[in-house]
Amino acid sequence: MRIIIIGAGKVGYFLAENLCKQNHVTIIDRNMNALRKAEENLDVLCIKGSGVSTSVLLEAGIKQANLLIAVTSTDEVNMVCCLTGKKLGAAQTIARIRDPEYAQDLSLLKEELDLDMVVNPEQAAADEIARSMNFSTAMNVESFAKGRVRLVEIKITKDMALAGMKLNDIPSRFSSQILIGVIVRGEDIIIPDGEKVIEEDDSIYVIGKSSNIYSFCKLVGKSPVKLKNVMIMGGGRIAIYLANLLMEMDIKVKILEIDKEKCIELSEMLPESLIINGDGSDEELLQSENISNMDAFIAMTGIDEENIMSALIAKQNGAKKVIAKISRLNYVNVAQNLGIDSVISPKLITSNQILTYVSRNNVETLHRIIEGKAEIIEFIVERNSKIINTKLKNLKLPKDVIIATIVRKSEIVIPHGDDTIKEGDRVIIIAKNKNITELNDIISNNRGKA
Amino acid sequence: MNLRLVFKSIGLLLICEAIALIPSLIVSLIYKEQNALVFFDTIGILLSFAVPLCMISIKNKNMYARDGYAIVALGWIFMSLFGALPFYFSGAIPSFIDAFFETSSGFTTTGASILTNIEVLPRGILFWRSFTHWIGGMGVIVLTLAILPSLGARGIQMMKAESPGLNPGKLVPKVGETAKILYGIYIVITIVEIFLLRLAGMPLFDAFIHTFGTVGTGGFSSMNASVGAYNSVIIEIIITVFMFLSGANFALYYYMIKGNLRAPFKDSEFKFYFGIIAVSVLLITLDINANIFNNIWESLRYSSFQVVSIVTTTGYVSTDFEKWSMFSKIIIFILMFIGGCAGSTGGAMKNIRILLLFKIMKRELLQIIHPRAVYSVRLGKKAVDERTLSEVLGFFFMYIIVFIAGVLIISLDNMDWGTTISSVAATLGNIGPGFGIVGAVGNYSSLSDISKVALSLIMIVGRLEIYPILLISLPSFWKRVSI
Repeated sequence: MRIIIIGAGKVGYFLAENLCKQNHVTIIDRNMNALRKAEENLDVLCIKGSGVSTSVLLEAGIKQANLLIAVTSTDEVNMVCCLTGKKLGAAQTIARIRDPEYAQDLSLLKEELDLDMVVNPEQAAADEIARSMNFSTAMNVESFAKGRVRLVEIKITKDMALAGMKLNDIPSRFSSQILIGVIVRGEDIIIPDGEKVIEEDDSIYVIGKSSNIYSFCKLVGKSPVKLKNVMIMGGGRIAIYLANLLMEMDIKVKILEIDKEKCIELSEMLPESLIINGDGSDEELLQSENISNMDAFIAMTGIDEENIMSALIAKQNGAKKVIAKISRLNYVNVAQNLGIDSVISPKLITSNQILTYVSRNNVETLHRIIEGKAEIIEFIVERNSKIINTKLKNLKLPKDVIIATIVRKSEIVIPHGDDTIKEGDRVIIIAKNKNITELNDIISNNRGKA
Repeated sequence: MNLRLVFKSIGLLLICEAIALIPSLIVSLIYKEQNALVFFDTIGILLSFAVPLCMISIKNKNMYARDGYAIVALGWIFMSLFGALPFYFSGAIPSFIDAFFETSSGFTTTGASILTNIEVLPRGILFWRSFTHWIGGMGVIVLTLAILPSLGARGIQMMKAESPGLNPGKLVPKVGETAKILYGIYIVITIVEIFLLRLAGMPLFDAFIHTFGTVGTGGFSSMNASVGAYNSVIIEIIITVFMFLSGANFALYYYMIKGNLRAPFKDSEFKFYFGIIAVSVLLITLDINANIFNNIWESLRYSSFQVVSIVTTTGYVSTDFEKWSMFSKIIIFILMFIGGCAGSTGGAMKNIRILLLFKIMKRELLQIIHPRAVYSVRLGKKAVDERTLSEVLGFFFMYIIVFIAGVLIISLDNMDWGTTISSVAATLGNIGPGFGIVGAVGNYSSLSDISKVALSLIMIVGRLEIYPILLISLPSFWKRVSI
C-alpha cells in the first residue's frame, strides 16, 4: 500500500515506524530536523514542504496513494491536506481533529471534507480511561468483539494466590473461562504454555468474556471496587471529555486546575463537577482535598514529568489507583516501573486506531502492548480461510502465537485442542514479534520465525 | 560503535564480492585458460572469511551513521585486498602491492594501471579487472542492498556513505527498491552499449571490457593504446555518448521512464554539467585546431572524446593529449577536479558542489554590498538548506587538504611537477591518466611502493568522497565513549 503521512511529529513518526515494513511510506513535513530523524532511522521517503501545497503532494505521488494521513499539530491544516489530497486522487484520507469545537460537528465535517476517518486523541484517551474505571485495580483494559471480550493486565504481588501457580492448575482453582495470554517478566515477554509457572512481580495479561474476567479479578484478590470519587489534575481537553463520561457513570469528579481563567471556564462547562483552583503537585493541597479518600487520581496536565510526579505523590498519600497521561512514548515503561497503575498515552491510542484502520481489510481490532512487542489481533474468519474446520491441535501454529478466544454468535469460547474455527467467527490471536496481517499468516509454516 | 553489526555487514559485502567473481570464472572457463583455478581459490578464501563473519549474532540491531561509515570504509578496503588475489595468484601481477593498486583502481573506477603490456594478460583476468569497474561504479553497497533486502532501513546509512553527491535521495520509499531501480537502469545502459559496440565492429570480448570501463566511468581497456587502438570514429562516438550518460545523475533517467521526459532540462546540475563540457570542448577544439590537427572535424573528434572522458572521470584515451598545448592541458587538469554529477558513476567533486560553491561565492560578494540582506542559495526553484551549504564548503576544503597531503607524499619520489601533481589529482578524482610519466600513454608502474599504496588509498578516499576513510583514521571514531 502507498501511504503518505503529513507531519513527522510523535504520532507521524510512530505510524511510519509501524507501517514502513509492509507499505511504501512517504513523509511530508516542513521541519527539516524532524524529517532527518525519520530519514535516518526508517525506510521511508521524506519530502520537505507543506502538505497543503499541491506540488508537494504531487511530488509525493498523491495520485497513486492509497491512503493519506494528516497528523500535523493544526486541525485546519489537517483538514485542508485531506481535502486537497482527496481531490488530487488519494483513495482514502484520515485526519486528526482534536478541537472540541470541531468535535461537535464531526459527522458534518467528515461528510463535507470526504474524510474516511477522523481521529481525536483526547476523546479516545478519555474513552480509554473511562473504560478502565470499570475494572478499577486491574491495570490496562482493552476490549474486543465490541466489548464482549476483555483483556486486563494484572500485576502479581506476593500475597496473591496466583503467585507460584502453574498455568495448567488455574482452571481447576479459579475459572476455566479465561486465558493467560502473555506473561511479562522483567524485560522478557513470554507467550506461555501450560507448564509455565507464574512468579511474583510478573505482569499477566488475561483475556476472556467480560463477566468472567470480572469474576476472575475478584477471585484472585484484585476485586473490582465500584469507583465513586475521582480526582483529575489538569483541566485540558481530555479532562472535559472525561468528566462528562464519568458523570454519566455516576462517578463524582473533582478537577484541580492551576489557571484561574480556565477554572471559571470549566465550572461553566461542567456544572456538576467540583473545580478547584490550585497546583496538583502541592502535597498540602492534595491532602486538604482528602486525596486518601479518592478511588482514583488522574494526572493529565500537558507536562509528562509533572504528571508522573503528581501521580506518585497521590499514590503515597493514599489514592487507590493513579493514572498518568504521558506523551513521550519512552516514558511509558519507566512510569509503570515506578508504580503508577496505569499510563495513558493519547498519541499511542491515536496511532493504534490508525494502524487498525490501515490493516482494516482483515483485522477487526489491533492492540499493541508492551511497546508494540506483542500484538493482540481480532479477525473475522472468511469463507476462504485455510484454517476453517481444522482441529486447533492439528494446526501448525508457529512459536509465540496463540489463538486466545473464539467468539461465535452468542458464545465465547476459550479454545482447546479439539475446537475448530468456523466461518464468520471472530478469532482473537496473541502474537509476539510477528507481523500478522491476515489470519492465514499464522499457519503459513513458520514464515518470519526469525 | 556496534562492531558485531559492522563485521557482519562486511561479511555480507564479501559474499557479494564472491558472487561477483563468478562471471570472470565463467569467462576463464570459456576460453579454457589454465588459471581459472585462481578464481576458485579466491572465492574459497573469500567465503572462508565471509561466512563466519555472517554467522555473528547481533545483540543490538541499531545502526547509526558512524556504523554505516565504518562498514563502507572498511568494506571497500577489504574488498580491494581480496579482489587483488586473482591478479596475484595468477602471476599476472607478481607484486601484491601492484595487485592491490590495480584492484583499488578497478573498484574505485579510476582506471590507473601499473601494467605495461595489457594485451598479453589472460582473458579471465582482464575480465575481472574491468568487471571491478562495473561493480564499483554503481557501488557494492547498492548491489548488496538490491540483492539482500534484509538490511532494510539500516541500509540508508550505508548507501549515504557510499553514493556520490550530497543528500543521495531515494527514488521510492524503500531503500532496497531504490537500489534495484538504479541497478536496473545501469544494466539496461550496459546491455545497450555492448550491443552498439558490437554493431560498430568491436569484438565481443572487447565490447564487454570497454562497456564496463565506460558505464562504470572507469577506464580500463584491453588494449595498450586504450580506445585509440581501434581508430574508429563510430566507436569513439558511442563511447563518448555513454560516458556522458554515465556521468549524469541516474535519478534523471528514472524520472524520464516515469514520463517526465524533460527532467534533465529542468535539472540545474545537468545543465551546468552540459555547459562545462560544451565550453571545454569549444576552447580545446579552437586551441588544438591549428597546432596539432589540420582540420576542424579531427580537432573536434579528439577534443570532445578527451573532455568527456576526463570530466566523467572515465580516463579513456584516444590520442596522446600530452602533446597538446599548455592551455588545453590545464583545462583537462581543471576538469579532473570537477567530475560527474551527483548520483552518477563518476568521481571527483561533482558538478553540484562546484555549482553551489559558485553560488555561495556570489552570495558572499553580494553580502558586502548589502550587509543586512538575507540571501538564500537556490537550486532550480528550491532553496538549499544552510547545513548542506556548509557541508559543501567543508567537503571542498577536505578535498584540497587530501590532495595536498597526497602531493606531499608523492613528491618523495622526486619526479617532475606534472607527474607529481597530476598523479594525485587523477587518482583522487578517480580519473586514471594524468600528465608526464603517468600521462595518456604512460602508466603508474615506475612509482615507488610507498606512492602506490598511498595512491591506492587516495583512490578509495576519492571514491567514497573523503568522509568514510578520514573518519576511520580518527582515534575518537573508535572509542566506545568519546567525549
